[in-house]
Amino acid sequence: MSAFKLPPYARTMGMDVDHIEDGGVPVIAMDFADKVQGRPGFLHGGAIGGLLEMAAHAALRAELDRQGSDARIKPVNISIEYLRGGLQERTFARGEVIRAGRRVANVRVEAWQGDRSKLVASSWMNFLLAPPKD
Amino acid sequence: MNKDEKAAGLMKTIMPEGFVFDPARGARWFTRHGHTGFLGMEYHDHGDDWIELALPWREDLVGVEETGVLASGPIISLLDNATSMSVWTRQGTFNPQVTLDLRIDYVRAATPGKTVIARAECYQVRRSMAFVRGIAHDGDIADPVAHTAGIFMLVSSEGWSKP
Repeated sequence: MSAFKLPPYARTMGMDVDHIEDGGVPVIAMDFADKVQGRPGFLHGGAIGGLLEMAAHAALRAELDRQGSDARIKPVNISIEYLRGGLQERTFARGEVIRAGRRVANVRVEAWQGDRSKLVASSWMNFLLAPPKD
Repeated sequence: MNKDEKAAGLMKTIMPEGFVFDPARGARWFTRHGHTGFLGMEYHDHGDDWIELALPWREDLVGVEETGVLASGPIISLLDNATSMSVWTRQGTFNPQVTLDLRIDYVRAATPGKTVIARAECYQVRRSMAFVRGIAHDGDIADPVAHTAGIFMLVSSEGWSKP
């Protein structure tokens, strides 16, 4: 089993595991800084996308661990809806594994800031599951 | 002057609404600032309704430490920026807009060490929305890394930025 470890990109962007929710799902967070800013005063859409992907990845790894699977995870695609401008605040994201099958996993992910009911972005993401390399 | 007036004033100085958008100059401005600047995006090329931005490979942007493959996050950012600028390129003017949605298909992993180039095209602009598509590749556009399709909402400059 391979515990989820934030890759260099996530650490560069200032992401961290905020906490682990019931069911073992990690909530990933990212602080506001100039390096994640798009139009002046707001989060960059790509930075939000990167955070969503990281949360989806982390949620899927947690689910695979729960199943005792050490499959490799490869992103296939993502569709992001931007719901409101990301403010100069810490942003959180959490993934929900809809289905983790033998070859494919489908994950929904949401991002929010102070108020969890006011989403900044919502997305779905599909992953290909590959056998671990020896 | 309140905060919003200040913001509007600053935006008018940097990018007045309706000002002529020179893709090469405009892209060079964006690639020096904020997230776009931090990732190290560069202007590459443009035409009437398309623009190309480049993202050189960097070790600290890697998504899989063992392989050195670039994370997909920077590719989202690259495609978001390139598609966004393709709208201004097609219109020839800068107008405030926000991303409504963006879908990305990761066709294959980017080759470690190689610069990723995004070619983005704005294929339609309506009163409220601009429709875009794009391809990311690492040298051969016929062997892409990712495809994207998205929509930008055209908005008023009021509240668009908060410097």
